[in-house]
Amino acid sequence: MQALTNKAQQVSRKPMSFMEKMYLPAIFKGMMITFSHIFKKKPTINYPEKQRPFSPVFRGLQILNRDEEGRENCTACGLCAVACPAEAITMEGAERLAGEEHLYKEEKYAAKYEINMLRCIFCGLCEEACPKDAIYLSETFTPADYQRKQFIYSKNDLLIPHPKENPEAYQKALGNRPQKATSN
Amino acid sequence: MLLTVDLALLLEKLILVVVVVFTSLGIAMYTTFAERKVAAILQDRRGPNRAGPFGLLQPLADGMKLFFKEEIIPNFSSKFLFILGPALAMLTACMTSAVIPWGDKVELFGRTISLQIADVNIGVLYVFGVVSLGVYGIMIGAWASNNKFSLMGGMRAASQIISYELAMGISLIALLMITGTLSLKEMVVQQQHGYWNIVLQPLGFLIFLVCAFAECNRTPFDLPEAENELIGGYHTEYSSMKLGFYLFSEYINMFVSSVVMATLFFGGYDVPWFDESVLAPNIAAIVGVTALMIKVVAFIFLFMWVRWTIPRFRYDQLMHLGWRILIPLALFNMLATGGVILYFNK
Repeated sequence: MQALTNKAQQVSRKPMSFMEKMYLPAIFKGMMITFSHIFKKKPTINYPEKQRPFSPVFRGLQILNRDEEGRENCTACGLCAVACPAEAITMEGAERLAGEEHLYKEEKYAAKYEINMLRCIFCGLCEEACPKDAIYLSETFTPADYQRKQFIYSKNDLLIPHPKENPEAYQKALGNRPQKATSN
Repeated sequence: MLLTVDLALLLEKLILVVVVVFTSLGIAMYTTFAERKVAAILQDRRGPNRAGPFGLLQPLADGMKLFFKEEIIPNFSSKFLFILGPALAMLTACMTSAVIPWGDKVELFGRTISLQIADVNIGVLYVFGVVSLGVYGIMIGAWASNNKFSLMGGMRAASQIISYELAMGISLIALLMITGTLSLKEMVVQQQHGYWNIVLQPLGFLIFLVCAFAECNRTPFDLPEAENELIGGYHTEYSSMKLGFYLFSEYINMFVSSVVMATLFFGGYDVPWFDESVLAPNIAAIVGVTALMIKVVAFIFLFMWVRWTIPRFRYDQLMHLGWRILIPLALFNMLATGGVILYFNK
């Protein structure tokens, strides 16, 4: 049968030479190689003191966004829930009342917004589907927990901190993400 | 008759025994930690560094874990033998440290105390005898497990230890021809005033080193410990502290082998090219003990370095090496040494 490439090598079945039979020279060479590894740089990262750097498009935990004045962007349109392949998002809409203009950007807002982290696959389709730049995936991981109930994150868990009341936390949560131009 | 016993001597020896046993246990404990750290450094990673500063409390954590585990004793006839196995292994491991000269004399409370528990004039023979008894610990453990795989593993371990004892003994005979004495203290004194035995017996040292690897069940001869980890091995059925004893006795064996090798071939507590008599006796003793410990640490590092470099021997390769290569080599070494001694005595 013809070989496909010319990379095949014939196995050498020669009996061991005297130097090879003594084992010791080969062992010594091996030990020198192992010794040199002591002085090489270790690639281990000391988590949790140091964390490995993520790329700007890393898909981690979801965050519900606000605009610069602190009003929630989300209008409970349901596009993220429909786009989600794992059906992890559920929401209930509510109408904005007269005195709540500083809280919500549009007349409809999400009264209840829940993401089931055990179902979420962090694909980012909800971020792609949202027309209001209201949800995006940040750089954090989901922390561990003991009960299944605790993994259903409600709106309070997901909202970004208020930019006026808590500017540094807001900036930190925005991360390296480029601001998306909204349609409004 | 009892009133004529020298109580001070008894007390002194008792304290020495306690100190030596606890030191060897402590060093064996930190050897387990050093093993993991050295293994990590040779493999481009860090070792355990979470338990305490730099992971130094890790052996304590390991010991506590072993104590708290559930003690499973299989349901069969001989419970006595099951518990005897690890006890014997630990006993013979600790007993070897009795004849090693840890340092020169110390002068305290007006008495001269020699830092050696028992200066018998058959020191080397005693060490050999006790190491041979170590086989019993493994064999009894393998038999009492009531498990065919454990028995197979134990048989392999026993045959390995017995085979390599022969080459070790013959290389020691060559050393004995040079030193003329079996007492370890005498050997150290001779090496202080002459050349270290490594210069006089390089081939003998090499054979002794290879056999020490086999006696401690360390790679490349760690068939009882590793291959059988996949199937069984003599410590399959053991859990909790009995397993801890088996594993720990292996590290104590390693420590004691290092000390014996340092004493026989590298001058024991002697510091090279340095005359200790210019110092006060206590200071000289401390310097000697430190020198011995440095040599022991170097040997333990060598044990670990070799473990993480080479793969292990197959069983038939192991037997071939022990019987058909090392014994003729040791015999040749003995004859050559005899010839050289005769030549120089003319």
